[in-house]
Amino acid sequence: MVSSPDRPLDTIPRLVAHHAQNRPDSAAFREKEFGIWQSWSWRQTASEIDALALGFLDIGVNAGDHIAIIGRNRPYLYWAMVAAQSVGAIPVPLYQDAVAEEMAYVIEHCSARFIVAQDQEQVDKIIDVKEELSGVEQIIFLDPRGMRKYERALLTEYSVLQAQGRENEAKLRPELDKRLAAQSGADTCAMLYTSGTTGRPKGVVLSNDNIIMTSKASCSFDGLRADDSVLAYLPMAWVGDFIFSVGQASWSGFCVACPESSDTMQHDLREIGPTYFFAPPRYFEGVLTSVMIRMEDAGDLKRVMFKHFMEFARTVGPDILDGKPVGLGKRLKYALGNLLVYGPLKNSLGLSRVRVGYTAGEAIGPEIFDFYRSLGINLKQLYGQTEASVFITQQPDGQVRSDTVGVASPGVELKIADNGEVFYRSPGTFVEYYKNPESTKSTKDTEGWVATGDAGFIEKDTGHLRIIDRAKDVGKMKDGSLFAPKYVENKLKFFPNILETVVFGDGRDSCMAMINIDLQAVGNWAERNNIAYSSYQELAAHVDVYATIQQHVEDVNASLAADEMLAGCQVSRFLVLHKELDADDGELTRTRKVRRSVIEDKYKDLIDALYGGKTEIYTETEVTYEDGSKGSIAATLEIRDVRRVAREEKAA
Amino acid sequence: MTVSQDAAVQETITPDGRTIGGVLMEMRNITLRFGGVVAIEDISFDIRQGEIRAIIGPNGAGKSSMLNVINGFYHPQDGEVWYKGAIRGPMRPHQIAAQGIARTFQNIALFHGMSTLDNIMTGRLTHMKTGMLSQSVWFGRAQREETENRAFAERIIDFLEIQSIRKTPVGRLPYGLQKRVELGRALAAEPSLLLLDEPMAGMNVEEKEDMSRFILDVNDEFGTTIALIEHDMGVVMDLADRVVVMDYGRKIGDGSPEEVRNNKAVIDAYLGVSSD
Repeated sequence: MVSSPDRPLDTIPRLVAHHAQNRPDSAAFREKEFGIWQSWSWRQTASEIDALALGFLDIGVNAGDHIAIIGRNRPYLYWAMVAAQSVGAIPVPLYQDAVAEEMAYVIEHCSARFIVAQDQEQVDKIIDVKEELSGVEQIIFLDPRGMRKYERALLTEYSVLQAQGRENEAKLRPELDKRLAAQSGADTCAMLYTSGTTGRPKGVVLSNDNIIMTSKASCSFDGLRADDSVLAYLPMAWVGDFIFSVGQASWSGFCVACPESSDTMQHDLREIGPTYFFAPPRYFEGVLTSVMIRMEDAGDLKRVMFKHFMEFARTVGPDILDGKPVGLGKRLKYALGNLLVYGPLKNSLGLSRVRVGYTAGEAIGPEIFDFYRSLGINLKQLYGQTEASVFITQQPDGQVRSDTVGVASPGVELKIADNGEVFYRSPGTFVEYYKNPESTKSTKDTEGWVATGDAGFIEKDTGHLRIIDRAKDVGKMKDGSLFAPKYVENKLKFFPNILETVVFGDGRDSCMAMINIDLQAVGNWAERNNIAYSSYQELAAHVDVYATIQQHVEDVNASLAADEMLAGCQVSRFLVLHKELDADDGELTRTRKVRRSVIEDKYKDLIDALYGGKTEIYTETEVTYEDGSKGSIAATLEIRDVRRVAREEKAA
Repeated sequence: MTVSQDAAVQETITPDGRTIGGVLMEMRNITLRFGGVVAIEDISFDIRQGEIRAIIGPNGAGKSSMLNVINGFYHPQDGEVWYKGAIRGPMRPHQIAAQGIARTFQNIALFHGMSTLDNIMTGRLTHMKTGMLSQSVWFGRAQREETENRAFAERIIDFLEIQSIRKTPVGRLPYGLQKRVELGRALAAEPSLLLLDEPMAGMNVEEKEDMSRFILDVNDEFGTTIALIEHDMGVVMDLADRVVVMDYGRKIGDGSPEEVRNNKAVIDAYLGVSSD
């Protein structure tokens, strides 16, 4: 790829060319395949992208076209994004586990003429909805397996397209150079669809400036360098992965490693030992749960040692990490603990080398957060969204707490509206929602302030932002007190036994909760206590499980009572749901956020029963299986009353 | 219905675009007896290059015995087995192993204490030429050979999507996955004929769908000729190009799934004879 040095580094292709020139032999991408880590240097990466870009020109990709990209994290697909940008087209990564109809909507909405799909599974989905997709001309596929017999008119293999591009290089090169030279920072870098907690997904248009300025600022905030590494395992369609694996990686030149398959992620994480790591709170919860379960099964010596050193680590670990003064004796003991417990544990989790770790998306339980911090893992929180190119606030080293989301990221301005909603303005602020000027207008005002939709406040003495809930979900109870369902739900979810919960109470006189138990945690407990069960449904309805959950809810009530503003949100009654909330049933988004309105509608009978004072309710619920067929499950659910802590009691 | 004894069968293209070649194996009037019990009586059929050939029949029809005749474990008392254009006599175990026919078993026969990878590597044994001594020093040719074979095993692991259990002892795997590992080991031998003894037995619907896809993909990608025994009629009808139906040791039908489905003798054997 040709790039003159005087040109500003304001597009991703230019950044890639820059690295190919300055560090041609350092690794840009790695992927485990056939049991071995394969790697591609920046020079090889640039040449692969170049060949594909020529191929794109050869099949007639125009500047401004949208190219949909579907598949799991693979170097080839990241290259496809940059190749698309090289020819002036706009990459649109899609969620690979989306069902065909969801995909059809997005592909049709951005009128993609070309699609890069990873394998037969994705190609089949597109072919299924081909009738609805008027504009699709070619599907470029990566893995030919199983598609030998497919009609070839519509399909081109990735490597064949690259070869085609190389073959016709003489003819295509001038056009590619022309298009590369014509680009600027104001051009669109990518279009990412938001997962759509409400309504149809919206296409968020992000410019090169958005991505590159944000990447630059965040890289310097955390001191990310060319010798860092990440594991790319989160969906490519998610803005976070785009920023980490494309934006920041292209800016600072660090190496992006792709796992062998989604099932081997944990194993690959351990082999790569990334220095920069992001995972949603759910991941950290899951890992902690499995560590605890494994420790329960370990021998006596190990268990005692683990317990002792973990308790010790909780007292000094975070301080050592933050560089606060800690006595020599304690430091020595921590070093011993590191040798015996923390080091081996971090190694087996694949987090030994993590210098900067982030979690975001949901609130993380203080216990969980402290566990990782006390091990010496620099886990921090950030707050962001697609419309901001991720970063709105983040926690600087040394100022890390579980209940805030940090200070405004470099270049970001914050303001809190009267109703508590958080607004921001930043270089990363999106250009527009594609083909949706009304939504753009209602989200971003003329001065560039964007409504986050979240309610929160800035702590006076620290300047840290605290998020309470979705602004539209924050409501009022009948007696006028504040109702913040997410806040209560998160408190409940911090118990390992509770996987998911939905709290109701807006405009009512009391709060009610529907709860999903965590099958792994509760199942293990059941096994330990000789409680036989054959399904989620049976375990969820068990009387001892109910008793445990009731205890958890009462604990949450007690902690809510301590907070003047939120004491009214205490849960009066609850039930444990007979099925797990599932994205396939539309109850969760693909990123596993609760779709409140869908649940309110679908489980209306249960909500009525909760408020109607019944002690049990018979219900039938429709479920969708993975293959799309439908069935239904029926159950009689118990409803329990919970003790509330009165405000007077607290005052007394 | 009789099978054409004429070996000069033309190449044919199946409706889904695969090429079926000439005859790979032919059974001519096979009879197999165990003492006084006749397990197989005067059966003739052929297996053509590149096809998926199913053998079905009720319990005790002689299907597994037939499979054992095909791979040479049993030698029939009467009849001729033609394989790759030559008549095949009785064989010793190492000759059986070397002829390029690999199989899986009805009740999984893996090495339970060994990992998935090691189990698949055992399938490569017939392709390893170096001796035990040089292998134990692991130097020169032995090392190269091991690397090559490991690469082949890894391609199979990738193909069957079992990367996550590469290092897991197979004894700890669920049944469906063990079946897949067994298929992997058979594939590792690069067989010219792959025999599958009830590959779907004991599986749930999802596992069956996965296995069916793998069988079709093996046939499609590697062009491997497959002969399979199966109970599940639905699966057979979807997978096979041609089906042999056996009952009480005799052949009662042979042909495409469509022909077999409409064959009166087959319907009677499977559904019972109607009273009117």
